[in-house]
Amino acid sequence: MGKRLRVDPVACAGHGACAELLPELITMDEWGYPIVADQPVPHGLQREARRAVAGCPALALALTRVA
Amino acid sequence: MTDSLTLPPPALAAGGPPRGLLRLLPDAGTVPVDLRAHLAMHGPLRAPGGRDSLLREVAAAGLTGRGGAAFPVARKLAAAAEARPAPVVAGNGAEGEPASSKDRSLLWIAPHLVLDGLQLAAGAAGSRSTVLYVPRNERLHGRLAGAIAERAAAGMDAARVELVTAPDRFLAGEESALVSRLAGGPALPAYRPVRGLPRLAPGRAALVQNVETLAHLALIARYGAAWFRSAGTEAEPGTMLATLHLADGRTSVVEVPLGAGLAGLLGLDARPGPAEAGAAGPGVPSAFGPVQAVLVGGYHGAWLPAAEAAALPLANAALRPLGAMVGAGVLAALPADRCGLAETARVARYLALESAGQCGPCFNGLPRIAAAMEHLAGPRPDPRARADLERWTGLVTGRGACHHPDGSVRFIRSALRVFAAEARLHEQGRCGGTDPRPFLPVPAGAPATDEDWS
Amino acid sequence: MTGITSSTALWYASRATGVVTLLLLTAVVVLGILVNRQGRLPGLPAFAVTGLHRNISLLAVAFLAIHVVTAIADPYVTIGLAAAVLPFASAYKPLWLGLGAISLDLVAALILTSLARARMSRRAWRAIHWFGYAAWPLAVVHSIGSSADARNGLVLGVLVACVLATAAAVAWRLAHAAREVPRAGRAAAALSRVSARKAGL
Repeated sequence: MGKRLRVDPVACAGHGACAELLPELITMDEWGYPIVADQPVPHGLQREARRAVAGCPALALALTRVA
Repeated sequence: MTDSLTLPPPALAAGGPPRGLLRLLPDAGTVPVDLRAHLAMHGPLRAPGGRDSLLREVAAAGLTGRGGAAFPVARKLAAAAEARPAPVVAGNGAEGEPASSKDRSLLWIAPHLVLDGLQLAAGAAGSRSTVLYVPRNERLHGRLAGAIAERAAAGMDAARVELVTAPDRFLAGEESALVSRLAGGPALPAYRPVRGLPRLAPGRAALVQNVETLAHLALIARYGAAWFRSAGTEAEPGTMLATLHLADGRTSVVEVPLGAGLAGLLGLDARPGPAEAGAAGPGVPSAFGPVQAVLVGGYHGAWLPAAEAAALPLANAALRPLGAMVGAGVLAALPADRCGLAETARVARYLALESAGQCGPCFNGLPRIAAAMEHLAGPRPDPRARADLERWTGLVTGRGACHHPDGSVRFIRSALRVFAAEARLHEQGRCGGTDPRPFLPVPAGAPATDEDWS
Repeated sequence: MTGITSSTALWYASRATGVVTLLLLTAVVVLGILVNRQGRLPGLPAFAVTGLHRNISLLAVAFLAIHVVTAIADPYVTIGLAAAVLPFASAYKPLWLGLGAISLDLVAALILTSLARARMSRRAWRAIHWFGYAAWPLAVVHSIGSSADARNGLVLGVLVACVLATAAAVAWRLAHAAREVPRAGRAAAALSRVSARKAGL
C-alpha cells in the first residue's frame, strides 16, 4: 500500500544528494553509499521523497509501490 | 491418465527408466555418451501430450532448479509459456563456483540429456531459439558443438541451439549476468527490482535453467513424475548431482537422491570419536581422514561442524534452519589438520576479487571483509578486526544488485561461528592447523577489465 | 529613424543575450563536470551542484531563445527562422551562424533527453549527454565569428574567462579519468589499499 524508496545499486555512484535531501530516511554508509530505511514513506515526507528522487544525478533512487 | 508421458517400463535390454541411483550419469562412469548410445538407453524424445501435459508432469514431479536457487521448474516454464513474444531459452552450464564440477561433468558425459531438456523447455516456451551457456573450455566446446551438429543432421531438434561461452568468473552463471552476456555485453549482474523472467531486451524475456535441471526434464518427459519421485524425499524429490571434496583431497561428482545422509556421502563416521590431536575442535573420523567441519552449498553456503553435519541429510528442510543450504551440491570435508580460518580467508579474498565492481557496498565492503578475515587468520589479530567484520558484514547484506555480498557474508559468518575455537587459539598466538596446504580450490588471478568479464 | 533604433535595439539584445548564453553554458559545462566527478563547490551541498547544473541549463535555454529570436526579428540582417536550427541556412554569415545552429541543436537534444530521462535507457541518455562537449566549443567559435564583439574589450575578456574555466575543468576531468580504476578492477584496488593499510598496523 505504501510507497518505498529503492536504490538501484548499479546506477548509484555515491553522490550523496539523496541523503542531503531526505536525512530522515536516508543515511550514508562509511563509503558514501545510501542506506535507505526499509519502511513506507510517511505521508508528511512524500514531497521530500519525490525531491530526493528527482535530485539524484544518476537517477538511481526510485519511489515504488510495494507489492 | 491416458495422456501421461510415462512410458511403461520395457524389458531391461531395450532401455527404460534408469534403475537405482544412476539416472543422469550412465553406468559406464565418465565415458561420454554419444547420440547412438543415448538413444539406445533412453529412446527418442517424445512429448505425446504436448506442452500442457509436460507442464503437468513437471509440476507433479516437483522438479526444482539444480543451479542453487531450487526454484520450482513448472512455475518458470508456465511463466515462459505465457510470455509474448516467446522467450529465448538458455541452458546455464557456466558453473562459476570453483568448488563445483557437476555441470561440466554432465555436459561432457551426457550432453544429449541436456540438449533434450533444452528442446523440451523451448517447446514449453513456444520458442525456436535456444542457447547453451558453457565454460571456456575448447574440448568441451568442441564436444558440444559436435553433439549439436549430430542432432541437427538427424533432424532431431525443432529449436536451434547456439553455443555461448561464459567468462571464467564466479558470477558468470548468475541469471542476470548470463542474460547480460547473451545481450552481447559482459556477463555483469543487473539490478532486477521486478521479479519474473529476466529481460534480454525491451520486450524479450529469457528462460534460464541450469543444465542439470534440463537433464532431469528430459528424463521426466520420458519416464514420468512418479518415476522421478521414486527417489528423494516428499518435499524435495528426485536425485541431484553433488561435487564431493573428500578429506584426503580427492574430488568426485556423484548422483545422489535428495535427503541422502551427508555422513554416507563424505565417509564420515556418524558416531564422533574423541578429539583429534592438533584440531581446534573435536574432529570426526572419516574413511578419508579426520574431518573438523563440512562446507555445505559452496562458497555462498555455510560451514557446519563435522559432528553436526554427520547427522544431517542433503535436504534444505534440514539445512536451512541451520543457516546452510543444498545449493548446487558442493560438499567439502575440511580435514582436522587444516586451519579453518585460513581456508575461509583465502576464499573470502577470492570472493572479494570476483565482485563485479558495480555496487559501492560490495566492492568496498567485501575487500575490507576479506582483509579482516586474513587478519583473523593470522597470529594475535587486532581485536578491532572482529568488530569491523561484524559491522561490515551487516553493511553489505542486501545492498548489492545480486546476492554476491549476501552469500559471501553467509559463508564468512558461518566460519566465525564454526571456527570460534580456532579463533581463540589465534588470539593466543597459536594455530590448530598443522598442514599449511590449501584445501578448497581457489583460482589464481583477478579480473581487471571488462574483457575479463566477456 | 524608429526602424533603425528598434533594429539597433534588437541587434544589441541579440549580442548581449548571446554573451550571457555563453557564460551560462560555460557554467553548465563546468558544473556538469563537477557533478560527474562528484566535485564540490565550497559551501554547496552535493544536491545543489546538481540543482545548479540543471537550473542554469534551463536559464541558458531561455537566454538562447531570446538571442535567436532577436537575431531573426532584426530586419538589418537576413536570418531566417530555419537558420536557427538548420546549419548554414542563413543568408548572413552562414558559416558562423551555422555553427551556432548546430550548437543549438545539440543543446536542444541535451535538454529534451534530460527532461525525458526516466523514459530512456541509461546508455542512450549518457551517449547524447556527451554531445555537451561539442555544443560548447561550437558556441564559442560561433561567438568569435558572428560579430566583432569578441575581438575587443569586455566581451573578449568574458570569452577568455569562459575558455580558461572550461579548459581547467576539462583538464581536471581528464586527469581524474586517467587515474580511474576500471570497474572490473575496483575490488582489487580496494583490497590492495586496505591490505597496505593493515600491513602498516
